[in-house]
Amino acid sequence: MTVKTANGFSLDDSGRRVVVDPVTRIEGHMRCEVNLDDDNVIRNAVSTGTMWRGLEVILRGRDPRDAWAFTERICGVCTGTHALTSVRAVEDALGIAIPENANSIRNIMQLTLQVHDHLVHFYHLHALDWVDVVSALDADPRETSRLAQSISAWPLSSPGYFRDVQNRVKRFVESGQLGPFMNGYWGNPAYKLPPEANLLALTHYLEALDFQKEIVKIHTVYGGKNPHPNWLVGGVPCAINVDGTGAVGAVNMERLNLISSIIDRTIEFIDQVYVPDLIAIAGFYKDWTYGGGLSSQAVLSYGDIPEHANDDSAENQLLPRGAIINGRLDEIHDVDLRDPDEIQEFVDHAWFSYPDESRGLHPWDGITEPDFTLGPNTKGTRTRIEQIDERAKYSWIKAPRWRGHAMEVGPLARWTIGYAQGIAEFKEPIDKVLTDLGLPFEALFSTLGRTAARGLEASWAAHKLRHFQDKLMAAIAAGDTTTANVERWEPSTWPKRAKGVGTSEAPRGALGHWVVIGSGKIENYQAVVPTTWNGSPRDPAGNIGAFEAALLNTPVARADEPLEILRTLHSFDPCLACSTHVMGPGGEELTRVKVR
Amino acid sequence: MASTETFYEVMRRQGISRRSFLKYCSLTAAALGLAPSYAGRIAEAMETKPRTPVLWLHGLECTCCTESFIRSAHPLAQDVVLSMISLDYDDTLMAAAGHQAEAILEEIRERYRGNYILAVEGNPPLAQDGMSCIIAGRPFLEQLQEVAADCKAVIAWGSCASWGCVQAARPNPTRATPVHEVIRDKPVIKVPGCPPIAEVMTGVITYMLTFDRLPPLDRQGRPLMFYGQRIHDKCYRRPHFDAGQFVESWDDEGARKGYCLYKMGCKGPTTYNACSTVRWNDGVSFPIQSGHGCIGCSERDFWDKDSFYDHVTDTHVFGIEANADRVGIAAAGSVGAAIGAHAVASALHRTKQRDRAQHEEREE
Repeated sequence: MTVKTANGFSLDDSGRRVVVDPVTRIEGHMRCEVNLDDDNVIRNAVSTGTMWRGLEVILRGRDPRDAWAFTERICGVCTGTHALTSVRAVEDALGIAIPENANSIRNIMQLTLQVHDHLVHFYHLHALDWVDVVSALDADPRETSRLAQSISAWPLSSPGYFRDVQNRVKRFVESGQLGPFMNGYWGNPAYKLPPEANLLALTHYLEALDFQKEIVKIHTVYGGKNPHPNWLVGGVPCAINVDGTGAVGAVNMERLNLISSIIDRTIEFIDQVYVPDLIAIAGFYKDWTYGGGLSSQAVLSYGDIPEHANDDSAENQLLPRGAIINGRLDEIHDVDLRDPDEIQEFVDHAWFSYPDESRGLHPWDGITEPDFTLGPNTKGTRTRIEQIDERAKYSWIKAPRWRGHAMEVGPLARWTIGYAQGIAEFKEPIDKVLTDLGLPFEALFSTLGRTAARGLEASWAAHKLRHFQDKLMAAIAAGDTTTANVERWEPSTWPKRAKGVGTSEAPRGALGHWVVIGSGKIENYQAVVPTTWNGSPRDPAGNIGAFEAALLNTPVARADEPLEILRTLHSFDPCLACSTHVMGPGGEELTRVKVR
Repeated sequence: MASTETFYEVMRRQGISRRSFLKYCSLTAAALGLAPSYAGRIAEAMETKPRTPVLWLHGLECTCCTESFIRSAHPLAQDVVLSMISLDYDDTLMAAAGHQAEAILEEIRERYRGNYILAVEGNPPLAQDGMSCIIAGRPFLEQLQEVAADCKAVIAWGSCASWGCVQAARPNPTRATPVHEVIRDKPVIKVPGCPPIAEVMTGVITYMLTFDRLPPLDRQGRPLMFYGQRIHDKCYRRPHFDAGQFVESWDDEGARKGYCLYKMGCKGPTTYNACSTVRWNDGVSFPIQSGHGCIGCSERDFWDKDSFYDHVTDTHVFGIEANADRVGIAAAGSVGAAIGAHAVASALHRTKQRDRAQHEEREE
């Protein structure tokens, strides 16, 4: 039976049901079910978040200055972005202004994450959806070398270099122990790259694995470690001392030079390896135009990377802010995170309960009562689910909506809004890629478009790293080495009760933290994160979320191999630990399982 | 079956001569506190060992442990994965999904019964019938216990698997439970930290592969070689502690001079980890060097020991060394007394650990 959703998609659950659980190469745990019609085309899609931790209730009664450390542990992949959002929320509540240098260093931390996360996502979480590892063994390394040199000036491109990598992988495969490549979908007809391109991508998979650990050293200098660097309410914890006694115990000239050198190498790697590979691979998949989903209809971005400290205006954000609905790119709506009518979360299809589930709640008023129940059409049992019943509650993810609309967030959302606003640094790279590939503008709204926007953003972020590092150096040269404002460090200086919002653009999209502080402690804490938006289940009005929308109408080459499903889900870079950490207010007595 | 690369071949491929390789083995022996005669055994093991399967399961976690693991500089993560172990299951990196992924667990359990390592990142929740962490439609706890049944040993990566970590902080709403409390019949090696240092993770794995035995553990199950000392014991800012020179406020003169962060809440005096020696991300820095105190992320229940900025830490798990603040007060008054107190505490700790290690050896 075909049903039309409120946001304009057709669902038909009559065909063969295919279950993918676990969805791998993501952060956290997720399940996906689809129905295929007789031609193996996806006609219904069901996305289920399958984990849940409860960090928000754990935060109650804690010192708000500690919240960054707790929320940072929401996710170790997008490490730091929750911490940044948290200190922003607390500073907003307590009226704390941060020094200009702290803003520059925070931006450098956030941009470092953007670059690192996008790079690791492309090569290590996403590439195997496009790249056939086994086919790479058939490549002629001379052809790979020719291809590499035709698309990039990257020096590691000789036939001998590619032959060495190929031999190494050959021996690995011949050992019979395939490690992470075991049971992959090698030889699936949905793989379109010729062997020499597969070898190029596989080689860069390994190179990127080595290089990614260099990028994060920027976090290590300013935050002491990665993953999970340290942050500070009121500024940043690293003091600057470039002149005097004890400079070696602080951020000094050697440290600044180290950062600068990493930034240079990062720009090189992104612009000479990541982006050329992305364009080359896309060129072989031009006909695979699926996966657009909500992206051409409804996208949302809060904006981030403030040029100056303590200015929350949209004009001050280098990543754009705004909302597009009903596919109207000519009309960018303002977004107000404090307005109770704008952002609301619904739970009628999520494993939580509200007194009235026909209504949504703004995060400041959010309720999160767990309610793990399965619908009557579930196949299997409560602890052995064979098929989920999406007409009932079916996910640990709530359904956030902006003015009632399901929204897509992430790099493609940001770049679409930037493009629609006519901002050159977003518009020009998109136009260039489309022209180079000979594709129309609409091609942007696809799985591949999402993946391409992420690559362009990695390059954008790498160059912005240089901008903020230079800005920091200029400030130091002018004698400003301040990194923290401690006027309101002591709780005795705080108002008796205060509310705050912090936002950022995490690698995966719009992230918001809402905090209520009372008598020096956290009274309430809510986070609405990118994968809550993208991975959301259905809502009372019948809107489907971005994952589900993007999967629809995609043909699957082999029904028992979920290659195309993974391809489109991965294009969002799902982060399930982020999306599903919410929890009930009281630490309720819950049923327990026996441990043998 | 064609032979796979051994450690030795990997090193040769990286341009390391046999002479350097043997020197590396001697240094490894020395670093691990072994007699020089062990160098030969290390060399032999590295030249001949095939790859041990590792099944890396994920429960309730944030994936920071996997992210840390791939930061390893020596050995490189790619060499660990391609040449040292056979990482046959790790849902963050593996190509397969769904039933093709779960089939791998079955196959490795059958083919390598008793000979694979189970690595666990995160922990199982026991509330909600275990269904707040679902894998393949079932509670993660079931998958964990099944895979554990036939493994050789369990590595509990990070503070989640070792202690419970953030989701187990009060009031632990999902009843997230550390691995050793649900797997009781296998050796569990705890490698705590949020996350653990990359080279500590690869160091523990390569130790097990090289010597074909578990590393010596302390009473709480942590490898002595990396968790035998407190961060404070080897902190480069320690002379400032001893001299009574402290950071009093963020970004003050003391902060810029690299003074001791004890008064800003640093938990280095009560935290057992290798941060001040191995340091982070190829030795670039560690939290204290970058100006923030240690938050004690490798210690049990570190989330529930008051604010990270509260320097009055009174913990009861360390016996005589319990009250680090007493040491701090002593330092402010009398430098000599502080050093004395620490020396006594450290000596006692060493003796206890030695006794424990000997005791454990006798049991084997």
